Amino acid sequence: MHTKNPRTYFSKVWDIHKVDDAGDGYDLLGIDRLLLHERTGGVALKSLAQRGFDLKIPDRVFAVIDHIVSFKSERGRDDARTPGGEAFIQETREMAISAGIHLIDTDSPDQGIVHVVAPELGLAIPGASIVCPDSHTCSLGAIGALAWGIGSSEAEHIMATGVLRAKKPPQMRIHIDGTLKSGVSAKDVALHLIAKYGADGAKRSAIEFVGSAVSAMTIEERLTLCNLAIEFSAYTAIIPPDAHTLNYVAGRRFAPSRDVLERHIASLQGDEGATFDYELFLKAEDISPQISWGTNPEESVALSGRVPDKASTRSLDYMGLETGDEIAGQSIGGAFIGSCTNGRLSDLRAAAAVLKGRKIANGVRAVCVPGSQSVKREAEALGLDDIFQNAGFEWGAPGCAMCFYAGGETFLPGTRVVSTTNRNFEGRQGPGVRTHLASPAVVAASAIAGVICAPSDLPLIKGNGDA
Amino acid sequence: MLEPFVRHTGRVAVLRRDNVDTDQIIPSREMKSVSRTGLGEGLFAGWRYVEAGGRLPNPDFILNKPGQRRATVLVSGRNFGCGSSREHAVWALADYGFRVIIAESFGEIFYGNCIINGILPIVMDRAKLQALSPHAVIDLTLDLKTQTVSWPDHPDWSTMFSIDSYAKRLLISGLDSIRLTQEKTEQIDAFLRQDAEARPWIYQTY
Repeated sequence: MHTKNPRTYFSKVWDIHKVDDAGDGYDLLGIDRLLLHERTGGVALKSLAQRGFDLKIPDRVFAVIDHIVSFKSERGRDDARTPGGEAFIQETREMAISAGIHLIDTDSPDQGIVHVVAPELGLAIPGASIVCPDSHTCSLGAIGALAWGIGSSEAEHIMATGVLRAKKPPQMRIHIDGTLKSGVSAKDVALHLIAKYGADGAKRSAIEFVGSAVSAMTIEERLTLCNLAIEFSAYTAIIPPDAHTLNYVAGRRFAPSRDVLERHIASLQGDEGATFDYELFLKAEDISPQISWGTNPEESVALSGRVPDKASTRSLDYMGLETGDEIAGQSIGGAFIGSCTNGRLSDLRAAAAVLKGRKIANGVRAVCVPGSQSVKREAEALGLDDIFQNAGFEWGAPGCAMCFYAGGETFLPGTRVVSTTNRNFEGRQGPGVRTHLASPAVVAASAIAGVICAPSDLPLIKGNGDA
Repeated sequence: MLEPFVRHTGRVAVLRRDNVDTDQIIPSREMKSVSRTGLGEGLFAGWRYVEAGGRLPNPDFILNKPGQRRATVLVSGRNFGCGSSREHAVWALADYGFRVIIAESFGEIFYGNCIINGILPIVMDRAKLQALSPHAVIDLTLDLKTQTVSWPDHPDWSTMFSIDSYAKRLLISGLDSIRLTQEKTEQIDAFLRQDAEARPWIYQTY
């Protein structure tokens, strides 16, 4: 059936939040959930109080302690991983309490990385608008939410007015059809996409991911895929909800009942004939396990590939590589598993399947930090903590941890680190630290071998279910 | 209230790179206090100083060159300000003294943060940007009312730029965006009442 003015799922969700046409392409949008974290939350709340603004929607604002909190397993409530970081934690806590917003403190059983926690608690639900002063908020589009990263001043604006002034972005549909090859994860799909079209490839549009490969993905895989949309210069990404979404969301603490969700989702499905400003097509079979070699996610290649001929000198110098070098076989000094990109249970399971019965190579410091307390509890119930620790990994307390350096202790300058995170920018994991982005299985395998490699490159061992 | 942006003449610093991310504009380790101020010192810290955490200037970095030290107009490449949403990047640029950023394209969140903080972001095509040499001493005049950039030494280069009327209004007036939105409080309250009936699950209190 054709509708007169066919609209996409994204447009329908946008429209139900539209308060007013603010002119020149801008709309005032109602914001359902505002998430804050201690890196900017305290600053925003303090500035708002100093300027004398009251909070319009305190019930719908949630502050989470995740960005610079210590990831040491025995941390105290105020312990930061960065010098002077305690002040950010304390200030955010005090301001959150005095403003009357929800606080998910360091010692809360719900604590974790904001983008891991939001789906777990049912804060990210289909059709809701959800924003946070963190660029990886686009992850939550995986649940069918209209979710994107904002600035700190915009967070203040929402707290004072209940709305955000936003310009509706152009829309891009990315079709990923077919079946992913064995060993290819959602992380590889995202890196492949960014490498193929460049870091500016999404041209600030809202991406809708569709196709049989996307339909087949679990919600956790979709969260990884959407997470990396910001590295593709997307405004955000969204996946229209389906049965997977409904099964995932129903029953979560802040989510409505299954019936309500079902009806709401049905009312928002995109119309046949709705058009997009851009369309891209990927064949799932063309995608191989990826690894970044440079200092932007677009500088990624197949794990079996080489540093390209036209590589930038600057990136090569920083990474200590030359054009034509094979990436596999480069020796590493560090491995990190965690972050909002790959810190969920399925990520830890994928890594543990490789680590089981094996030990990390000499000279490698390997760290695993579960994305949330809930992930940590579930992983420990499955005995994954033992697998990680027996292999020689540190097992940390939930937070952003080594995804970004904020001062304090980290890998030594020049160390090559394979990481399940999202940014390989210069200095991202510490001054001079050379980050290679990869999937949890590849990071685990590389930690074992002491060189960058695929799980299939490891010698087989008896008793490993994965072997 | 911010300093209104009407017309500005200033020295150019050219940072000829694509994908300059906000981690480079201000590394997280330089965000030391729970405050928006005093961040200029940490601006481009990883490139500007010889050592991480140190303050010894790297003589090769553009802002350490005598001609560009007091630059107020920053020129860069594609996708400037990509990456982390940290508004500290814009606060650091403003604190250093930058009032204008000209680039081929911008990270979306960064662009919005500029407008709110009184910095004029201008999108310009690559060929035009290439004419601005990092080695030359260049002063540009930016006029927001007429939306023109002029280079008095090379009038042929001078050009118009586009900016939407909301951003223009905010920059020219120096008004607080919260105050502007509060003019619509009635509509907002009406929306919230209707929406609470349509989607009660969003409004449930816990």
